[in-house]
Order: sequence, then C-alpha cells, then structure tokens
Amino acid sequence: MQLKTREPLIFELSKPGRGAVTQFPPPVAGTALVPANLRRQKRPALPEVSELQAVRHFTRLSQMNFSIDTHFYPLGSCTMKYNPKACNTYAMLPEFLGRHPLGPEPQGFLACMYELQEMLQEITGMPAVSLTPMAGAQGEFAGVAMIRAYHRARNDTARTEIIVPQAAHGTNPATATMCGFIVKEIPCDANGDVEIEALKAVVGPATAGIMLTNPSTLGVFERKIVQIARIVHEAGGLLYYDGANLNAILGKVRPGDMGFDVIHMNLHKTFSTPHGGGGPGSGAVGVSTRLKPFLPLPIVGKDGARYRWLTERDLPQSIGRLSGFMGNAGVNLRAYIYMRLLGREGMVRVAEFAALNANYLMKRLQALGFEAAYPERRASHEFIITLKQEQKAYHVSAMDVAKRLLDYGFHAPTTYFPLLVPECLLIEPTETEAKEDLDRFCDALASIREEMQHDSEKLTSAPHTMPVRRLDDVRAAKQLDLVWKGTAA
Amino acid sequence: MAFIPHTPEDISRMLEVIGARSIEDLFDEIPADLRAGVLNVPAPLSEMEIARLMTERAALDGRPLNFIGAGAYEHHIPAPVWAIATRGEFYSAYTPYQAEASQGTLQLIYEYQSMMCALTGMEVSNASLYDGASALAEACLMAVRSNRGSSSRRILMPRTVNPTYAQVAQAIAGNQDISFVPVDFDRTVGRTALDALKPFSGQDFTALVVQQPNFFGSLEEVDALTDWAHHNKIMLIAVVNPTSLALLKAPGEWGAVVAGARGADIVCGEGQALGVPLSSGGPYFGFMATRMQYVRQMPGRIVGGTVDVEGRPGFTLTLQAREQHIRRSKATSNICTNQGLMVTAATIYMSLLGPRGLEAVAQASMQRTYDLVSALNKVPGVKRAFTAPHFHEAVLLLDRPPAPILAALSRRGILGGLDLSERYPELGHALLVCATETKLDADIAAYTSGLAEVMSASRAAA
Repeated sequence: MQLKTREPLIFELSKPGRGAVTQFPPPVAGTALVPANLRRQKRPALPEVSELQAVRHFTRLSQMNFSIDTHFYPLGSCTMKYNPKACNTYAMLPEFLGRHPLGPEPQGFLACMYELQEMLQEITGMPAVSLTPMAGAQGEFAGVAMIRAYHRARNDTARTEIIVPQAAHGTNPATATMCGFIVKEIPCDANGDVEIEALKAVVGPATAGIMLTNPSTLGVFERKIVQIARIVHEAGGLLYYDGANLNAILGKVRPGDMGFDVIHMNLHKTFSTPHGGGGPGSGAVGVSTRLKPFLPLPIVGKDGARYRWLTERDLPQSIGRLSGFMGNAGVNLRAYIYMRLLGREGMVRVAEFAALNANYLMKRLQALGFEAAYPERRASHEFIITLKQEQKAYHVSAMDVAKRLLDYGFHAPTTYFPLLVPECLLIEPTETEAKEDLDRFCDALASIREEMQHDSEKLTSAPHTMPVRRLDDVRAAKQLDLVWKGTAA
Repeated sequence: MAFIPHTPEDISRMLEVIGARSIEDLFDEIPADLRAGVLNVPAPLSEMEIARLMTERAALDGRPLNFIGAGAYEHHIPAPVWAIATRGEFYSAYTPYQAEASQGTLQLIYEYQSMMCALTGMEVSNASLYDGASALAEACLMAVRSNRGSSSRRILMPRTVNPTYAQVAQAIAGNQDISFVPVDFDRTVGRTALDALKPFSGQDFTALVVQQPNFFGSLEEVDALTDWAHHNKIMLIAVVNPTSLALLKAPGEWGAVVAGARGADIVCGEGQALGVPLSSGGPYFGFMATRMQYVRQMPGRIVGGTVDVEGRPGFTLTLQAREQHIRRSKATSNICTNQGLMVTAATIYMSLLGPRGLEAVAQASMQRTYDLVSALNKVPGVKRAFTAPHFHEAVLLLDRPPAPILAALSRRGILGGLDLSERYPELGHALLVCATETKLDADIAAYTSGLAEVMSASRAAA
C-alpha cells in the first residue's frame, strides 16, 4: 500500500549518542594516528539513528514510489518491463559480490561475460562487442569517440560534423558535442521518416557520421534506412545506432544488417536489468570490423580454454578506458542471466509481444477518441498520442493527463518527448504486461477523458492521492534547497 | 513463454482489435530483405537450470582473503543495506520524472546530497555519476567551464592520482582538446612534491587534481597544494575516499582563505566504500560536490526541496536546464542516468554507521593497515617504500618481481595486493597493499606467514 503521509528527513530522527552499534567495527588497539594538520576537527553531521529507525525510514520511503513491481509503468523510450528476480538473486551470489576487480582473472565470471559478448554480437549483427560503457549515454560517447578515432587514424581530419535527426534523444547531440563535433540537425517528414532531401543537403566531406534510433523516438520504423545508409557511406561518414529502442526489433532485424557501423545497447532496457531509481545502467557497444581496433577497454578475450581481459597491448588504437575497472560488471551479469532465461525463442517473442501490446493499446486509445501522432503507421514497441485537440477544447495539457493517471494507479507515460509532437504522451507498454492491465489503463484514460469534458479541474489540479500534490518546479529552481540546513557547510 | 502473460485467446482478440492477421503482420514495414534469420543463441533455461549454472560458475572464482584496494575497498556491509535497496519499489523504479509518484527516491537523494556535503564540507552535491574515474573526467570538464580566468584547457595531473583515473580523464575529456600535464612525486616520501609544482607557478592552468589519500595510500600535504593552486588562480579538484573523510580534514577546509574562499573547488571520488560490494568492479557510483557558485556548471541530476500547491514540502529534480534532454548539444554533459540504486545503498549505509560508526570504520581500517605493513616489513626481502603517513593502503618494495609471489599467494587463497611494477617502473618491485576493518589479526598473520614462506621458497628455487 502506498504511503500517503510525509516521512521526516532521516536527520530529523537523529539524536546524539544513538547508533546502530552492532554495525560498528570493534575498536582495534594501536597507535595509528592522522597527523594533526590533516585531521578532521569536527565530526560530519551524519544522522545518528537506531537500526530499526533506519530500516523503517527507508522502507517507508520505498512505499512512496511507483515501480514496475507495484504499478504499470508505460514510460516511453525506457522499456519498463519486468525485472526477473532470478537475475538479481544469482548475480548476488557471494563469490560474485566479494570478488575484487584487480584479482586474478576469474574464469567463472569471465565465461559469463564472454558468452554475453557473443550473444550481443549475434543479436545485433556486429562482429565485436565491448561491455565497458556504464550507461547508454556512455555507450553513445564510446561510439562517437570511435567514429572520431577511425577518421583520425585515416588522417581524415576534415570530418567535424555529426548529423542528428530532430527526433533524437537529447543525449545524441550532447554526446556529439562531448566528442568535439558540431551537430547538424535534420527534420523528419509527416510520416516520421527522415527527410532524405534534408539529409542530402547536409551530408558531405565534413560528415563524420549520423546518429539514428530505429525504430525512431516517434515510435515508427525508419523505412528508408537502406537509402540513408548508402547516402552517408558514400559521403565517407559512418552510421551510429542508438539502441534505446532495440526491444522493438529483437530477433526481427539486426542493426548490422541495416548498415550500421556502431551501436550501443541499453542493457537496462532491452535486457531487463533494474532501473534502480535512475541507474545503474549498462551501455555495451558493438562495432563493425573496421571499428574493432578502437573499442573501449577492457574486453573479454579467450586463449584456448582460458578467458582473459584484453588490454592496451591487444588493442593499441583503443579509445581507452571509460571506468575505473571494467564497467558495471554486476549489471552485465544480470543481463546475461536474463538472456539465458529467454534463450533463442524468448528473444524473438520480446519484440513480437512488445509490438502486439503497443499496437493493441494504440488502436484501443484511438477508438476512445485519442489522436495517434502517426495513425497511418504500425506502432513499434511504443507510440505517441497527441493531446493538442484536447488542449484547445478543454484547456488541459499532456502534463495534466499524466498527473491524473497517477491517481488512477498508473505511472505516467513519457511527456513532452519527442519535442516535435505537441502535447504528446509517448507510451511503451512492454511485452510483460497482460491484456487485462492494458484494458484497465484504457479504462482509466476513458474516464479521464470524461473528466476532461465535464470536470477539467480534476485534471489541472491532479494528482490528488499522492504523498504530495503538484509540486512547484519553478520555486525549486529559483529558491535552491539542495541540502538539509543542519549539514550545510 | 518466458515472462509473457498472453494466452492464445488474448492474442487473437488483440489482433482482431488491431486488424492484423498475425503478429508477423506487425513487422510488415521492415523491408523484407533486412529481416533476420533464426538467431544463433542458446536455447532457453529454466530458473532451476540457471541457478545451477551460476552457482557452479561462482564456485570457480572462490572466496579468497583479499588485501587489494587500489580504488575498490572491502568493508562490512550491514544486512539492512541491500535488504532494503533491493525492494522492488527502489530496485524497479526509474528516474523520478513524475515527482509526486517518486517522493521516496527523491527524498532519499536529497538526504544523500546532504550527507555528501557533510562529509566533504561542500555546499552542494549532485545525485551521483557513474564511478570515481568518470567523476574525475566530468570534474575536469566542469573546471574548464567554471574557471573563467583560464583559457589554457590544461590540467595538472599528479602521478600520485590513480593512473586508471588519469587514463579515463584523458579518454573522456581529451576529445575536447583538454590536455593533462603530469606532476612528479617524491620517491622517498610518496606524495606530490611542492617542488615539482614550482616550475608551473605563474602559468595558465585550469585546475590541479589532488587525490587524498593518494593512489599509494599516502596522505598528501593538502593545505600547501591547495594554497599553491589558489595563489596561481588554478581551481582545485579533490579526489577523496569518503570513508577516510571521517578522520581526515574535509576538502572544503583545505588550505587558507584566498579571495574570501577556502578549500577545494570541486570534490569527487568513488563512493563504492559506502555499502556497495566489490562485485568485480561495478556497479559503483561516483560522487561530486562543489560550491554553490558553480552549481549551474555541475553535471548530473540534482534534487531540490520545494512545496506543493497546498504548501506541503516535497522534492523534485531541479536545475534541469543544465541537462541534455533540455539543452541538447549545449548541455553540461551527456549524462542521463545516475547510479540511483548504489546511492540508495550508500544512503542507508551512512545512516546506519552515522558519524561515530564511520569514524570507527576509518580508524580500524587505518590501524589494520599499520599492523599489516609493520608485520610484512619484518618479512625478509620486504620493506616499506615511503615515509609519508598513510591511511588504509601502503606501498611495499620486494627484492624481486611481485607477479610470481602474488601468483603463489593466490594459490593459497590470498590476494596479496596490486603489482605496481608496470604502472610505476621507476619504483622497482612495488606492491600496493590494503587492509580494512574486515581484516582481523588472524588474517594479517596468515598473509604474513604466507608471504614469508612464498618468498623463502622462491629464494630457495633461485
């Protein structure tokens, strides 16, 4: 049951002298002492609470969250599918948890990682994979950095631009900037495909590459992909695949076969590792043969029957290291377990049932009077509803509908993304939701539609049943309150 | 079907609504010649089978007695930490975009930010970054944005900073034409020599990085280094171990007051020691804190307090105008997620330990390392490398290459430390060792006698 009252800050529960003392190490006799000029003078203002107080406080905080385990969570572009418990349980075996990353090469763990690399290569149609990037955005960084390194290795230094469709995730242009490129944005046509003429107009000797998501963030498959690949390749550029929407095409079509040179995968989306309240993710990258020498380190290799880490010695042209050790190893282990549970047959079903759920939900919502942004197209694993008519007629926004959905017990879809579609909801049900849950979601939206017409105040002042009512974001950004005053420096 | 709830009846009803004959029809927009054949991946396993497989693989890796640190530290993790962090409400939620339905995660991050400010002596903290190494890379990029008095894009990177961190900073920040200039260390004392900085006085540098304790475990003279940087209008980036901050002076108090301000300008580091298991190197989390004046240059999520329409207090993501989903190519970073679950664990850990518990962990870790070094120093052919006071790591010099010795120890179930001979060839046969509060007298005795026997056997063989 969701907690509806305020929970005090942990600091407000604190009293000097209290403590979870069974967690303190016993004192060790000895004379080790920090020199006076380097010593801390005053203890840090951390809370002093009993073990029960801490347990109850954080358990109660957990009860103020929506999550996949408790609620339908159709957050578009985030693939909020069931995270099987087995993945967590068996990645948390004590030998895996206790292993220091700089110890001798662990054959059991590395066997899993090597097989994970192989499965990801097969699924994406890419000859080589590195598991090192720690999130999707870091995978993007690695991919674009490899594109840069590739051109530089050929002394092709005139390639200073990356092309990005307007519908792309914000991470795409931000990544291109981090890699020192200039971003060229191009529009999409009325059916959601990239405008070929616009692409032809910007592509040229300065083009390092293009970043594409397919299916795109508009929830539709980019049908001209082969043509796009040809245009960019003929100009000497490379194709980057943003794997945010890989769930939609798992086992149906492979980015390598579409002509992509480099791909990142969000293992926390397609391969169901937990989102954890905002991470950790894992952003493995796959590449074509010509980009293989530039992969980020380390990678798992195999000499005979023995697994080992490949290093700078094996890949002297690598773009380098992106983490202190070997990326989010424990997340990768969860993805491995998930993929073994699904196996060959299960992988294909992911895409099939994600598409079935999305197309079903789109048709049902259209029948209820909602406007799909791309009604002539198949939905991929997600689709967009635009509320621009409702806004005009009833003065309610996509945000109002999102907040009202919370009262009905559903996490809201992604709102106001992609930026191209006004008043939009990006809805991704995922394959793990049952038809009954999709129907309940439709019932909620039908009821909200009624309220919109007769009692729009219900929407504009929503939510009504959460621990707090609608929050003042402007105040949060203007009167910054980022730290509890008792701990401030 | 694995994790798919649809019955045949559901499927036909849904296809009817869609107006499609088969699920295959839903993919008819994909050009036929692009369609994939049957994937060459293994057949599905049941949970029982995967349980067997993973248990067998885990057993291959065993549970050795560990004396390696070098950026990842073995501490006791209280049972409540992961019992609560793996609750589905934390584990399976996402970034708190819908603040009203995510107050648990948001309040927890606000508490985390407050705790990190308390430890570091800084005014603001973000909601975490990927890990310590990438946090340093982001700190370097942030310094370039923040230090308006510098145009050189050059950063001083002492060789006492974790060499992998320096590599990561180069790999990430190097793409934006930022260059790193190494600073040498004192071979006898084991810390950055002020003399080595003197030649750089008066030159344009964006920032100086100082790691405390440094990669060798030695304590740097942070006051003098901070003052030198600030007198030269260079920003100071502190890389710190959060456990050590229970004993060591907070970076916010390093050095003297210069131009009304004191201490490090940006503080970052690896948060793993705060309740996150070693887990083969990740997931961990990076932390970052700074002064209020630089908050708009800080990358990553930030949570702020506010009120709802009825005036009740609540929490929300704030200062989002810095971020990629709003600013796109002009964002402070491309970072999207933080390491939310790890921060959840760390916040519970810090709450359970509190100021006295964390101090006890730090003091016990330091004492155990002194005990370890003093015991190993008595083994023939082993001596301490440096004279500087250290925290919970130290460098030993052997009279022969460490690799075969470490391999022999490993066969006895002991991880004897990190061989530094490739990273620091000028030190000779150097070995970095670590003990934390988890190492008892018997463990130290086992390592000491093991090392003595292995060294003696290797001497006899030679």
